[in-house]
Amino acid sequence: MSASTVEAVAGFDVEKIRADFPILHRQVRGHELVYLDNAATAQKPQAVIDAIVGYYERSNANIHRGVHYLSEKATEDFELTRQALQRFVNAAEAREIIFVRGTTEAINLVAQSYGRAHVGAGDEVLITAMEHHSNIVPWQLLCEEKGAKLRVAPINDRGELIVEEYAKLLTPRTKLAAIAHVSNALGTINPVKRMIAMAHAQGIPVLVDGAQAVPHLTVDVRDLDADFYAFSAHKMYGPTGIGALYGKAALLEAMPPYQGGGDMISSVTFEKTTWNKLPHKFEAGTPDMGGVAGWRAAIEYMNGIGVTKIAAHEHDLLEYATEVVGRLPGVRIIGTAKDKASVLSFVLDDVHPHDIGTILDQQGIAVRTGHHCAQPVMERFHIPATVRASFAMYNTRAEIDALAAGIRRVGEVFA
Amino acid sequence: MPELRDLYQEVILEHSKAPRNYKEPAHTNHKAEGYNPLCGDRFTVYLEMDGDVVKDIGFQGAGCAISKASASMMTQSVKGKTKAEAQKIFQRFHDLVTGHGHPSEAELGKLAVFSGVSEFPVRVKCATLAWHTLEAALEGKQENVSTE
Repeated sequence: MSASTVEAVAGFDVEKIRADFPILHRQVRGHELVYLDNAATAQKPQAVIDAIVGYYERSNANIHRGVHYLSEKATEDFELTRQALQRFVNAAEAREIIFVRGTTEAINLVAQSYGRAHVGAGDEVLITAMEHHSNIVPWQLLCEEKGAKLRVAPINDRGELIVEEYAKLLTPRTKLAAIAHVSNALGTINPVKRMIAMAHAQGIPVLVDGAQAVPHLTVDVRDLDADFYAFSAHKMYGPTGIGALYGKAALLEAMPPYQGGGDMISSVTFEKTTWNKLPHKFEAGTPDMGGVAGWRAAIEYMNGIGVTKIAAHEHDLLEYATEVVGRLPGVRIIGTAKDKASVLSFVLDDVHPHDIGTILDQQGIAVRTGHHCAQPVMERFHIPATVRASFAMYNTRAEIDALAAGIRRVGEVFA
Repeated sequence: MPELRDLYQEVILEHSKAPRNYKEPAHTNHKAEGYNPLCGDRFTVYLEMDGDVVKDIGFQGAGCAISKASASMMTQSVKGKTKAEAQKIFQRFHDLVTGHGHPSEAELGKLAVFSGVSEFPVRVKCATLAWHTLEAALEGKQENVSTE
């Protein structure tokens, strides 16, 4: 066994894990797929695919409605996932988990429900300079509507939040802070626990965008004391189109509904409608029940391996990739924070990331190229785009060697 | 399977490294900006129109090798042409890179090196960004052009 194939984490069998992911065994453009675009979406293990199929083969019926057997079974299954999520992020109660389409919808829910009720003219919403567009635009829409101001806490040249500047921007005008747990473009892990404590000291609630954190870190919303925590299934090996908003019960209780429809009401007359209790108040309409079934399988899969072990394996991959890619001629790594998770963003001399992406793709290597829905981050580093390799539990050092070889090939084409 | 060398032909690489007419002509009287938010490519195309004729043309901006080479070779191919001729060349170029129709090499001249783009559909927008921007500049439109 060569040094590059030694896996550093004891008891972590990456080949066994790879065997569980059917897509990893397909060929792309005549090469074995090297999938390094996990920050965009992760691949799905067979258990998740089977759970979705199994739901439609055996359990499908609308939830919270029928008195018949299947409806009861579907409702039970649906609520089991909510409980699994409650445990996964350590929420105090299952009703604090609201099913939504994904992180984006979770943030929009808070902006439109909590935000419209609490943010007024002259108020401020605070975000950071490393946010994904989905944690920028909902607040811009809110601020525009209310005559409020969006403030942005800056980052340094390593891509770390400048905590002192963040502190200065927490003022009596600040009605909410919305911050990424892990930056999708840079991989920076923000000190969210400390940032939340600083906001709370001034009575400011905090929403955490956890889309990039849940696949890589153990998340404990009560330890963080997050008021809202938004995340998606598809980045943690679950299906697309389903996500969750965690919110403290007291906050959610006091918030007006986000969307109106079935399931979210307690009674409807043409004169007055009363809202259903949590979590149903925020779950109008028939949800993605197949997706919810698949998500539970993904949580069970991750728990079966252990988030701590996954994190250790990915940390080893990131360190290895930083070393072997970082020493290639012409490579400049963008995002060199001390605390990082699973993202290696880089640029290469004068070669545009889009050209690099095409050349890597010809070798079966999938990376993301572009601004990663974080244009302000690109502006901060004075670059139009980066190449981003992002890692998951099933990636190997051999795949990082393939990436490095692919980058050398770029150098040959552009020599 | 498409080959990288079909896309990254020597002529294209050479133009991307040393683009021609990379300037703002002194007597510019039309200009437009083009932007592809997908990859961040951004170009400004400048025209000095003498009546209906492209008397001088230049461009500036940043983008991938395909978009930059395309912009560079575009400026060479439309300089001295009438507006209608320039639009005709764009139409043929567009057919070439999207794989629609089969414009002859005689009709396309040097631009034929972009034929490989049709095998890489996600790169069509790179190849046509400067051309869409040229079209806007010819029309005298003020708004920015986007290929998204």
